[in-house]
Amino acid sequence: MDKVSVTLTVNGQSYSREVEPRTLLVHLIREGLGLTGTHVGCDTSSCGSCTVIVDGLAVKSCTLLAVQADGSEITTVEGLASNGELHPIQEGFWEMHGLQCGFCTPGFLMASLQLLERNPDPSEEEIRHELEGNYCRCTGYHNIVRAIRYAADKLSAAEAVAGD
Amino acid sequence: MYPESFSYHAPSTLDEALGLLAQHGDDAKLLAGGHSLLPAMKLRLSTPAHLVDLKGLRGQLQYIRDEGDTIAVGALSTHHQIHTSELLGSRAPLLAETAGHIGDMQVRNVGTLGGSLAHADPAGDFPAAILAAEADLVLQGAGGQRTVAATDFFQGFFETAAEPGEILIEVRVPVQKGGSSYQKFYHPASGYAICGVAAVIEGTNGTVSRCRVGVTGVSDAGYRATAVERALEGQTFSAELAASAAEQAAAGVDPLEDPFASADYRSHLARVHTRRALTAAWERN
Ligand SMILES: Cc1cc2nc3c(=O)[nH]c(=O)nc-3n(C[C@H](O)[C@H](O)[C@H](O)COP(=O)(O)OP(=O)(O)OC[C@H]3O[C@@H](n4cnc5c(N)ncnc54)[C@H](O)[C@@H]3O)c2cc1C
Ligand code: FES
Ligand code: FES
Repeated sequence: MDKVSVTLTVNGQSYSREVEPRTLLVHLIREGLGLTGTHVGCDTSSCGSCTVIVDGLAVKSCTLLAVQADGSEITTVEGLASNGELHPIQEGFWEMHGLQCGFCTPGFLMASLQLLERNPDPSEEEIRHELEGNYCRCTGYHNIVRAIRYAADKLSAAEAVAGD
Repeated sequence: MYPESFSYHAPSTLDEALGLLAQHGDDAKLLAGGHSLLPAMKLRLSTPAHLVDLKGLRGQLQYIRDEGDTIAVGALSTHHQIHTSELLGSRAPLLAETAGHIGDMQVRNVGTLGGSLAHADPAGDFPAAILAAEADLVLQGAGGQRTVAATDFFQGFFETAAEPGEILIEVRVPVQKGGSSYQKFYHPASGYAICGVAAVIEGTNGTVSRCRVGVTGVSDAGYRATAVERALEGQTFSAELAASAAEQAAAGVDPLEDPFASADYRSHLARVHTRRALTAAWERN
């Protein structure tokens, strides 16, 4: 099958690759670009561990063709920290013990990024509802909810300071 | 898991897309959000030789427009856009509410109204709302456009009135009069509807003047529970009336049966969720 050319900006860096049309975005990210922070858990569109942000939208990258994302801007978990500083969401997972084995964590971080962008002050119920597309087999979710509340508080405090 | 190999096409106009469908016939499939098609292709349940990606048509087919008596929703509008649309929220809230019950945040970010309706999954949510809202579906073929009423669109298991070579381009939702509600019994693992009931009720001084009920998940295709509608129209609304009308929710249908829910259980769910949808819709009237 003829290969097609795909150009992506991932975490601010531009990449071009020749791929088979059937290549899934997650495989291009992991194998083509070597960014293995994005995980494949179920491979059946359920668990959310493959979640990345494509043009501002959290998507399951196991259920998107790489060609569908041609020309887009993507953020993966590798793009969250800046200058060696953890993103407040990452810090929240660290501080509140929001992970155990850590397999699901990159997906939760990326989905939480979207959640907090749309709803900077979510209730526990809203957090649980918006993260229905992400599964964790270890934590029982309680500390994940706390981690996201931690990040929400930290981000709003930072905003208040910036607004002063 | 990889899908079978295919040739990829990304047309930038509707004519180009229609041309590709005409050229490749049964070998071609449209790709919208891909959140029903790609999972099926990964499992090799679907193996199209040509994929025609509609992403280049977002500029033309992704909109939610006020057209007076009707809200026109472009086929490529996503579940998230529909769920959060202020226009739909205020003038056709049943559709906005229903969209919020689909899948999860990531699925709603990508999945489209047109893809959901064209796919006609018997456990999909939108058919119930589209039926109760009495929406019209606009299909574009090489030979021109035609409009199909929701009641004529869903024809069976993954089967619709769309002909091969036609593209669903728009859904025309009448501005809602009265109150509405969507009540869903979620499959505990997949989140799809084992049963979903959408109701719209209009009335004054306690009397129901008009009632529409759409049911999904129960039969091989979404349907209108017309016996329920008739039992309510012209009557004084009461909890007892809603309960007795809801007894007819699965009248005349052959309920689906699978390892998750027997036919009897599905009929039971249809009755319970119809009663709840009628009650909630009336409260919002
Ligand atoms: C994890 C998960 C959970 C889900 N849960 C639910 C749920 O709870 N409820 C629910 O209703 N759905 C659910 N879905 C399905 C989801 O809503 C899909 O987005 C939707 O069914 C299909 O829309 P799409 O845009 O993704 O279409 P695609 O997958 O791209 O296409 C589906 C089919 O429709 C055809 N098609 C697409 N667009 C058009 C068009 N404009 N004209 C003609 N034919 C077209 C395609 O050729 C294909 O055959 C879920 C999906 C996933 C992955
Ligand atoms: S790997 Fe994509 S949803 Fe599980
Ligand atoms: S921390 Fe192990 S799956 Fe979530």
